[in-house]
Amino acid sequence: MNHLQSLEAHSVFILREAYAKLGRLGLLWSIGKDSTVLLWLAKKAFFGHCPFPFIHVDTSYKIPEMIVYRDKVVADLGLELIVHQNKEALAAGMSPGNGRLVCCKALKTDALNSMTKTHGFDGLIVGVRRDEEGSRSKERVFSERNSSDEWDYTNQPPELWGQFKTDFPKGHHVRVHPLLQWSEIDIWRYIDAEKIPVIDLYFAKDGRRYRSLGCAPCTGRIRSEATTVPQIIEELSATTVSERAGRAQDQEDAYAMQKLRKDGYM
Amino acid sequence: MAGDMTEGGAREKLKLVFTGHVDHGKSTVIGRLLFDAGSLNDGAVAKVRRIAAETGQPFEFAHLLDAFEEEQKQGITIDTTQLQFRTEKRDYVIIDAPGHKEFLKNMISGASDAEAAFLVVDAERGVEEQSRRHAHMLSLLGIRQIGLVVNKMDLVRYDRKVFESVGREASECLAGLGLEINSRIPLSGLKGENVVRPSTRMPWHRGPTLAGALDGLKKSTSPAGRGLRLPLQAVYKFDDRRILAGRVESGRVKIGDRVLISPGRKTATVTSLAAWLDKDLKDEASAGESVGLMINEEFFHRRGDVVSLEDDPPLISDRIKASVFWMGRTPLKPRGRYKLKLASAEVEAEISEIDNLIDSSTLALAPKPARVGFNEVAQVEIRLQRPLALDLFSRHQGTGRFVLVDGHDVAGGGIVTWAEERSDIKFGFVHGELKARCEIFEEYYYNVDEMSVSKAAPERPLYTLGDRVPLTGASYRYPELFDIVIFRDRMAVLVRDGRVAGMLPLGEYSYQGAPLVNGRGFGVLVRSQDDWLKARADFEALTPANESELARRWLDFNTYRRIVIGGNDFQI
Ligand SMILES: Nc1nc2c(ncn2[C@@H]2O[C@H](COP(=O)(O)OP(=O)(O)O)[C@@H](O)[C@H]2O)c(=O)[nH]1
Repeated sequence: MNHLQSLEAHSVFILREAYAKLGRLGLLWSIGKDSTVLLWLAKKAFFGHCPFPFIHVDTSYKIPEMIVYRDKVVADLGLELIVHQNKEALAAGMSPGNGRLVCCKALKTDALNSMTKTHGFDGLIVGVRRDEEGSRSKERVFSERNSSDEWDYTNQPPELWGQFKTDFPKGHHVRVHPLLQWSEIDIWRYIDAEKIPVIDLYFAKDGRRYRSLGCAPCTGRIRSEATTVPQIIEELSATTVSERAGRAQDQEDAYAMQKLRKDGYM
Repeated sequence: MAGDMTEGGAREKLKLVFTGHVDHGKSTVIGRLLFDAGSLNDGAVAKVRRIAAETGQPFEFAHLLDAFEEEQKQGITIDTTQLQFRTEKRDYVIIDAPGHKEFLKNMISGASDAEAAFLVVDAERGVEEQSRRHAHMLSLLGIRQIGLVVNKMDLVRYDRKVFESVGREASECLAGLGLEINSRIPLSGLKGENVVRPSTRMPWHRGPTLAGALDGLKKSTSPAGRGLRLPLQAVYKFDDRRILAGRVESGRVKIGDRVLISPGRKTATVTSLAAWLDKDLKDEASAGESVGLMINEEFFHRRGDVVSLEDDPPLISDRIKASVFWMGRTPLKPRGRYKLKLASAEVEAEISEIDNLIDSSTLALAPKPARVGFNEVAQVEIRLQRPLALDLFSRHQGTGRFVLVDGHDVAGGGIVTWAEERSDIKFGFVHGELKARCEIFEEYYYNVDEMSVSKAAPERPLYTLGDRVPLTGASYRYPELFDIVIFRDRMAVLVRDGRVAGMLPLGEYSYQGAPLVNGRGFGVLVRSQDDWLKARADFEALTPANESELARRWLDFNTYRRIVIGGNDFQI
């Protein structure tokens, strides 16, 4: 098996474990490339079926093309879709104008948490990847959330030999992360190899494209000429390294110094 | 699995772990490797250099690694980091568990699926306590590709003799654990000799550099050449297909294979491998692949069953011995009850005995400890509530290892070192949930030609309340009234007027004057309730070592049984 094949096999294994071990299960579908790959993997895991609903937490500020695309895929694949919005917050006028983080918390985090409770989900399948950002690199494949939806990252269970934590106190739920081991470029290579249809927004128009998708007011496009998946792969192979290095360096200043001092340098 | 994924588009990735006694230079070697392989960004290097210059300290590659890890950490306490780097040949992930305090738990989380390990040993100091401890963990995790890095060769004037003697010492230590060293590299992390750049100081070294040794590693540690083991995750019936889903742990399976599904021991023929997309349809699948099997029989199968080839079945057992490493907050105790998860099977388990606590550094055994604490390793005996299909770890890793769940938490991991085969648990007594095996109605024949004792099974395998039992056979005779005490299943069966009159757990049984017989049909020399309690306590502490002593003390071989002499042509 090559690298992509083993990633696929492992993700399918995780999806089947989740379906076997967790009670009510849902898949968070953000319409972006990662959760679209997740959808594809679920189809493979369950031989063309999707034995759980897809959930879209809709902030109402999504890029309009995303909603059109969402409804088309749902119809084409015959998916069960739950769309959830934080209606109270929206009615009260929540928008990025109230502050980006405030808005995100109300329309995404709070909406997600209330949706989890309303529908009584025991498990949510989420397409996060370890390479996305710092805190995600500490995630487990089966990651417990307590009844207040909090994550205790300091006390995580060992995950060994494909045995995940599947026993939880009542009221807790689990975030399942089948894509944890994938990197951004793995996702694109898989999309390429499997010819998975993705939303057009990822492809360059007028010299710009979306690298990740979110709400219209808060998501910017990057400069790019990539209009096909292979071109995106090529672009990423050339740029991620420097981009990540740049990001990393910011962090490094603060912490590298700190660690060096701890070791007696000052 | 997709058939048309291009090899070129997907580079191979190999997971590694480095271990070693503190200060033997693990961080330096990794830091140097990442640096020389060009996997660290220039900013980090310049910064560590600058700070070294400013403080008048030497430049340390170990700090480079620290800086790198801190960057990943971003202020959050973490247990393991994954360091990525690449060579021409492929990508690597090094699992590093910073800090030494919770090393065991952390290393196990990160490294349980590592494909190779490198043991870093200081050339001057040789193998030390933690080196042994880590090597022991590697053996328990089943990591079989092991490289020896003899570091700090600059401190011993790049002397070949020192390298060879450290190599011998390490080989001996690992051989004691059943591990073999696949490659040995003399190097200096500090000077960068033999890390990526071949050393001119050690022309006598014919083998590869560290980077060369990495590229020489084999990708898969679960050889497809081994026998098939496919633990079922589920049986799906989403449509008119009935699909047995699971991941192939070892071996391969193809259409037309005769397979055996255990512990039910049902045979079937594979008719196809299901897939959602036509392009993924194929005739055969091997280790690592997630598959959907369709077979020509409609027996009841469930999650936890194991598919093998017909002629190479797993063991079926409810009594195992295992080496267990404990990561739980509350200690492991004798008689403790846990949930055991082995491949996809789950079963209630009781620790019937803690045989030994293993000192991980000296491998010395402390017999019969009262508990096994955090980060400790022990040999234990475990009883399972029902028989599972499993293997010895030495034969099949995937179906020979398990975790123990204490409450809600995975608290221990273990590997199966011995298992009592019980595929023959077809004779005995049942009453509701109560079950006991017994061989008291089996005939024992002495075969003169082969000079061996053989057993013949009774016609009627299972007896329940009210059933008449065959009191007299060719090689045995029991009275109308007697009690059977079956230690291995902890059950007592009462026979009155030649019929099964009662069945109860041994703990609730008391001596009432009836003659006692054990599960094999030998008399148990008990004359009072006092005797009985002593005998019970003795047999509950039965080990292979005290077996014959207990037999002499308590058993009577002559009253109920005799051995019938038979020849080769003797018809049973
Ligand atoms: N002379 C010499 N010193 C080394 C070498 N490798 C590491 N050291 C030193 O040994 C000490 C411990 O190294 P470190 O990498 O922190 O050890 P760790 O605890 O195993 O990670 C440091 O002072 C290093 O500079 C080497 O190849 N030669």
